[in-house]
Amino acid sequence: MAQPALRIDDVSHAFGARTALDRVSLTVPAGSFTALLGLNGAGKTTLFSLVTRLHDSTSGTIQIFDFDVRREAPAALSRLGIVFQARTLDLDLSVRQSLLYHAALHGIGRRLAHERAAQVLKQFALADRIDDKVRNLSGGQMRRLEIARALLHDPALLLLDEPTVGLDVEARQGLIREVRRLVAEEGRGILWATHLLDEIEMSDRLVVLHKGRVLTQGSVQDVLAQTGTPDLQTAFLNLVNASGATTVGQEPAE
Amino acid sequence: MSAMERTSPLSPSGYAICFTGIVSREALRFLSQRGRFLSALVRPLVWLFIFAAGFRSVLGVSIIPPYETYVLYEVYVTPGLVAMIQLFNGLQSSLSMVYDREVGAMRILLVSPYPRWFLLVAKLIAGVLTSLLQVYAFLFIAYLWEVEAPLVGYLTLLPVLVVTGLMFGVMGLLLSSLFRQLENFASVMNFVIFPMFFASSALYPLWRIQESSPPLYEICRLNPFTYAVEAIRFALYARFDGTSLAVVIGVTAVFLILSLFVYNPSKGLIARRGAPAMAD
Repeated sequence: MAQPALRIDDVSHAFGARTALDRVSLTVPAGSFTALLGLNGAGKTTLFSLVTRLHDSTSGTIQIFDFDVRREAPAALSRLGIVFQARTLDLDLSVRQSLLYHAALHGIGRRLAHERAAQVLKQFALADRIDDKVRNLSGGQMRRLEIARALLHDPALLLLDEPTVGLDVEARQGLIREVRRLVAEEGRGILWATHLLDEIEMSDRLVVLHKGRVLTQGSVQDVLAQTGTPDLQTAFLNLVNASGATTVGQEPAE
Repeated sequence: MSAMERTSPLSPSGYAICFTGIVSREALRFLSQRGRFLSALVRPLVWLFIFAAGFRSVLGVSIIPPYETYVLYEVYVTPGLVAMIQLFNGLQSSLSMVYDREVGAMRILLVSPYPRWFLLVAKLIAGVLTSLLQVYAFLFIAYLWEVEAPLVGYLTLLPVLVVTGLMFGVMGLLLSSLFRQLENFASVMNFVIFPMFFASSALYPLWRIQESSPPLYEICRLNPFTYAVEAIRFALYARFDGTSLAVVIGVTAVFLILSLFVYNPSKGLIARRGAPAMAD
């Protein structure tokens, strides 16, 4: 079996007395597009915070290309790119400065950083905005910049937490198309958190997360076959209604 | 550069690049906020030009170390104003950390592969470097105002300023971990800066405070700001105040350990309350 890009085993996490994740296990194969589907408060963002080691899980293990994020954080995090749900750009910096700063945080020297910045900006159609202040970009451009930045250190695994929130239809479609290209042409593993069913394709791998628990995972075809339903919406609702998960709570509000 | 083939990025040159990147970003932010630099200068200059000049005739300062003669009040108060610049700057840096948390930039910093202690210390040092610019600009203007220290004092002051700047920076770092929103933190600054500044030896010698109010004297002696002021005062005259420096280093170490604890992903506040600015 090929080495998975991300393997999460039996991970639980609680904020005080509230359980946010309950024995979550999932894998993201290298070079796959895996959709993490869940309603608001399902635990998607908490899971991303654990994978990126913003905080540690209460129990369980998380491995990125077999590197444990707790014990081997540098090796694991250097293989990971992340786009958080909330914007994480410094509006006072220029596009170039933002990328060079990120490159420095990954130990990439200035010459290589300039080269990579030019590459990713071209890839995301932002080359002509390189000297503009981030605050002057549109919402869609900011999102593209965040993805470009996440790819700057050439990670083999990319996590995107509801990246299309707040984008118009055109920007959203363009973004999804570009991310799918990263899988098809560059072989990157993608974990795409969403609550929007129309962002998921039949060829994707799917993980359904609800109230901190994984209800099912596999190919979309497998999930449809397992639930005996003709479409993903019905399958998702059946899974959620059948779960009866009531013991786990909401994530902390921002 | 393939991520799959890459070895660990944590080489010494990688650390240097990361450190330089963090310092550069702080410098860019500092340069883009000219008002911050000006206000950092104007504040102590107002004290020096107006407050100290006015009190010159009222407050005589006796011969106390490191001074070897009677000194004008402006001379006495200058080290306190230097410490005030660093205190404001330290808290300003931590204010920017709260801002970074609000806009999410802190998360980008913290998911760097470099150790968290290194990232936070680099950010602290970047803050100290900006405070050095402010302090020396202030001392230059004070020099023109005839507040003159021995020239060698401006050199011996430098390492002490690094230590005191770190103390104020780490104090701010600890405070920043306690507040999740900018508005809350801004109000706290008032409750920290003014009591620390006034209940110290910045404006009056401790012996004078002891004469007028023994309880206030005890508070001043417990205030780390007092020791920062005295360490700066002695260093500016090329003298060494071991006690003050030891207290400043000790307080810095304790606050740094506490800060690293609260920013540790498996311990402290972040573990209990969630990572900075979570959403779902």
